[in-house]
Amino acid sequence: MTVETDSAPKFAGYAHPERLVSTEWLEAHLGEPGLVVVESDEDVLLYETGHIPGAVKIDWHTDLNDPVLRDYVDGEAFASLVGGKGIARDSTVVIYGDKNNWWAAYALWVFTLFGHEDVRLLDGGRDKWIAEERPFTTDRTTPEAVDYPVVERQDAEIRAFKDDVLAHLGHPLIDVRSPEEYSGERTTAPAYPEEGALRAGHIPSAANVPWAKAAAEDGTFKPVAELDAIYREGAGLTEGEPVIAYCRIGERSSHTWFVLTHLLGFEDVRNYDGSWTEWGSTVRVPIVKGAEPGEVPAR
Amino acid sequence: MTENQLPATLAEIRDDFLALEQRERLEMLLEFANELPELPPRYSEHPDLLERVEECQSPVFIFVEVEDGVVHLFATAPREAPTTRGFASILVQGIDGLTVDEVLGIPDDFPNTIGLTEAVSLLRIRGMTAMLGRTKRQLRERVAA
Repeated sequence: MTVETDSAPKFAGYAHPERLVSTEWLEAHLGEPGLVVVESDEDVLLYETGHIPGAVKIDWHTDLNDPVLRDYVDGEAFASLVGGKGIARDSTVVIYGDKNNWWAAYALWVFTLFGHEDVRLLDGGRDKWIAEERPFTTDRTTPEAVDYPVVERQDAEIRAFKDDVLAHLGHPLIDVRSPEEYSGERTTAPAYPEEGALRAGHIPSAANVPWAKAAAEDGTFKPVAELDAIYREGAGLTEGEPVIAYCRIGERSSHTWFVLTHLLGFEDVRNYDGSWTEWGSTVRVPIVKGAEPGEVPAR
Repeated sequence: MTENQLPATLAEIRDDFLALEQRERLEMLLEFANELPELPPRYSEHPDLLERVEECQSPVFIFVEVEDGVVHLFATAPREAPTTRGFASILVQGIDGLTVDEVLGIPDDFPNTIGLTEAVSLLRIRGMTAMLGRTKRQLRERVAA
């Protein structure tokens, strides 16, 4: 059972307009059978301070990451997590969150690793919903658990590992971190905690396109013409070439992965979730410092 | 000196958390977040006096005062950062009114012992460790001055 898509004209220019819903659309469809709304934020307690009525919470760290391995949860844990939130395999899942949907896009990407078909983002996220004074509550949501099948995670298509990145050198890479992290002045985002990388800089030849460039002032995604200017003209991405995006731990780059895949329609985009905390601590991988992308090293 | 001795106020907060299930611990942290006192006007009107805790994801600022050997801690963090507010509130409630030696003696790993590493994750707890570290450093500077 799939809930109808949002036919707002703004989305029509995107490659996959069915991946976005507007705040108007969501308010009109709240409570509809087959629809589950998920909030995913940076702050683990933000949902508890108020959320869209009926929305469930999924936390990127405590729910989606494996507690022991540096990896995502496996099929069994994912099935138990989302089934417990009332999400069935054929549910329409709309995810929203704080900070331009930063963590919401990350959750969407993890849902995609498990092949969940109908998963969408709320354009503008939590802040836009609040700014428009739409319904908001602290009432606890008590979803009825449903059976979600145990599906094996499929990493190959949209997830890159370190060795994949080494083999990919020579093809486009997008570094979505801040200019300071890219040039090697620092290893963490300004005002963010140290997450442990031993070297600073970027992967040779990567173009620096900070993730938030894809968002307009109000947190919605920019129109397709502006996105084209940023990623095609600016970063030189062309149709048919594989792309890998990375950041520090793979969350900001899942936002860019969403833009490239679903809004611009690139077909072979992977997110390198090991990102700088792995690359910057790995022995003898090539690194470039400074504001220029640098050359692809000879093999 | 009460070196590395956990003051009763903080021990009580720790025991309260540990007595709860994981989910309830989050709820108690939210209660702490809601209880973080507003800054007195001398700080709310002079944000330049406050020190930013750079290790926290959200903008959180702290300031330590010592009056007749008694420590007062002030902190502020945005409403959109309830976890950070909760951490700050725990420290404010647990530290305010202690002596200088008592505060300096708080074990640095206190944030890891209150049963929140699973509920909010070890990564986020680091913000509270940094807040405690900066509180103690500011206090040493005040006492030395």
